[in-house]
Amino acid sequence: MPEPIRKAIVVGASSGIGAAIAKRLAADGAYVAVVARRDDELQRLCDEINQQAGEERAMPFVHDVRNRDELPLLFQDIARRLDGLDTIFYAAGVMPEVEPNEYSTDKDALMIEVNTIGAMAWLNEGAKRFERMGEGRLVGISSIAGDRGRRGNPAYCTSKAAMNTFLESLRNRLEVKGVSVTTIKPGFVDTVMTKGKPGLLWLISPEDAAKKIVSASLKNKNTAYVPGQWRLVGTIIRSIPSFLFKRINI
Amino acid sequence: MSDTLNEQISNIPNDHVGFITSPKWKGEVVSGISLPSDHLERVEGWGVSTSSAGYVFRPSTLEALYEVFALARRTGRSVGFRGAGRSYGDASLNSENIVLDLTRMNRILDWNPTTGIIKVESGVTIKQLWEYILPDGWWPAVVPGTMFPTIGGCASMNIHGKNNFVAGPIGDHILEFELLSPEGELFRCSREENSEIFRSAIGGFGMLGCFTSITLKTKRIWSGLLEVEAVNIPNLDAMFTCFEERLNGADYLVGWIDAFGSGKGLGRGVVHEANYLERGVDPDPAQTLRIENQQLPDTILGLLPKSILWKFMRFFTNNVGVRFVNLAKFWSSKLLDRGGTFRQSHAAFAFLLDYVPNWKKSYGKGGLIQYQSFVPKETARHVFRAQLELCQKRGFPSYLAVFKRHRADEFPMSHALDGYSLALDFKVTRKNRDKIWRLASEMNRLVLDGGGRFYFAKDSTLKPEDAREFLGDKTLADFVLLKQRLDPRGILETDLAKRLFGSK
Repeated sequence: MPEPIRKAIVVGASSGIGAAIAKRLAADGAYVAVVARRDDELQRLCDEINQQAGEERAMPFVHDVRNRDELPLLFQDIARRLDGLDTIFYAAGVMPEVEPNEYSTDKDALMIEVNTIGAMAWLNEGAKRFERMGEGRLVGISSIAGDRGRRGNPAYCTSKAAMNTFLESLRNRLEVKGVSVTTIKPGFVDTVMTKGKPGLLWLISPEDAAKKIVSASLKNKNTAYVPGQWRLVGTIIRSIPSFLFKRINI
Repeated sequence: MSDTLNEQISNIPNDHVGFITSPKWKGEVVSGISLPSDHLERVEGWGVSTSSAGYVFRPSTLEALYEVFALARRTGRSVGFRGAGRSYGDASLNSENIVLDLTRMNRILDWNPTTGIIKVESGVTIKQLWEYILPDGWWPAVVPGTMFPTIGGCASMNIHGKNNFVAGPIGDHILEFELLSPEGELFRCSREENSEIFRSAIGGFGMLGCFTSITLKTKRIWSGLLEVEAVNIPNLDAMFTCFEERLNGADYLVGWIDAFGSGKGLGRGVVHEANYLERGVDPDPAQTLRIENQQLPDTILGLLPKSILWKFMRFFTNNVGVRFVNLAKFWSSKLLDRGGTFRQSHAAFAFLLDYVPNWKKSYGKGGLIQYQSFVPKETARHVFRAQLELCQKRGFPSYLAVFKRHRADEFPMSHALDGYSLALDFKVTRKNRDKIWRLASEMNRLVLDGGGRFYFAKDSTLKPEDAREFLGDKTLADFVLLKQRLDPRGILETDLAKRLFGSK
């Protein structure tokens, strides 16, 4: 019988997978602090969740993950208002359009800052607290894109590969302290990030993805591909030798 | 009663008893100052089944104590007091706020071996106290079943011992104390001076202020030993009868009940009576009063170190194991009961809970709760019989059941009354938790219908309406008024206070 999620933070909750995770958690009875940059979207999400639940289960916190200075106070305040904290989902991520011949350091830096350093900042705050408490869950929404350096978007792949390694290190540090760390590698999910991209394999809805993500977190999985069949794809892709990989257009 | 007071009482809404009004879920950011995150700790109730995260501060001086209150005001956080953390439930927890641990305020300030009057800081433990005064021929007038609680904690909960029916609670032996309000005002309180604060802060579960010193009257003794008699008891009726027969004359009385006994054997167990030795009976008081002769042994049968005994007890801490152990305990007492008495040191008789260090760990990760209710003598037989039967019916016979006699006292928030108490320990697991809480709720109904009361040092399961019912509107309203006077900003809170008296 897994310890249920009662009080959680979802970072990057204003749309897509993050929003769907928040809804899923609240529907299961959890209290959720939803964190994102966009005030309106957050408010709308909270209204929807709270109306459905008939009580205030979601509360908005406007925050840009690049503002690391405000994090310690914000983190403390969220824990106080939730009156506790047991799980953190880091779902914030950006993937700007990058042309095949484009090499933009600004775009690359943005991805590293939001996808990787933002994750480090939030998960570090969580790690500090959960290590002391001897319990808790950290969940990072990474991507199958981190499994290999593909030609399409070098920095996005890098940001997710770095996140994977970071989460693995945290897991190795924290599991002995009673804290579980789960890496989530979604395939294609029908969100703004994938909008307009043709012919996506095994495309699933954010709601379906959220259900699988929450379930994997509850089981304290190390790494979960979402949906599960991506594990096979990931394994194959990772084992393709470089001389071949260079020639394949994926 | 003045009109304004009447008005205030009628102004307390019926749907909740909320005098705890801190912003929680719906609160605003109170200030831009964070608490030092290195003070964040996991804070557990003694029964382990309850825990929360708190910012723990451990001041050792009065100045540092003032500082913590100032920090609370600056950061908009509440403060909950914690002594040795020996309350079973959430009485010394304060989730996401400041926990003021007073164990380092542990100086003995004054001792008069002629009068037996001692003045201590609130973090002084019962152990420190008895070890200090015993060689002079004194013993604390009231001690709980363990020597590790602090005097401040004992006063806040107005604890009792196995002599409650004759000696009253610890409050009866407190002559005066100094109380620091969260606004920084120091009150000297006794039965003559600030008497309302005196009676309400004792048993006031830390809601009015911090005890900075407590002056106690202790008990003269003429020997380090007690005369003890163990009586085998076949059932609950016999348990009551035995207590009634022995009330006049006994110094201590305590009953152990085998909660697995059913049918004719329901409520079977063992009663221990203990009496002080008169002056001159002990031929060698100077020796028996030495601390060395009070110590509990370190090993079982001279072999097995007791420090690891809990690891073996784990295998017995289940329905089958406890049934077996209890049966052995009951029958051995029956075989050994030949009506004689034996002598036992004060510490050995008083601190039964300290015999096996860390015994609570044998209950596993989920810990335990203790459910203790206090019922008037007129209804106690009925209520406790129903409780024991209900536990068996629900499949949760208590693993440790203790029966005691009490008397009413002058402290309005106190748990004691002219009647009996039954304390029931239950193992808590993630799986059975909800069922245990439901069982407790059923038992609460029995207690309240029988005019009974509850004890904040033990409680984990009460609901706001239960607390309101047993305390009564008038008592609660008076307490709220006093709290508003001493703590107008509502700085003092605990998880227990939020659970029972929080605004919805």
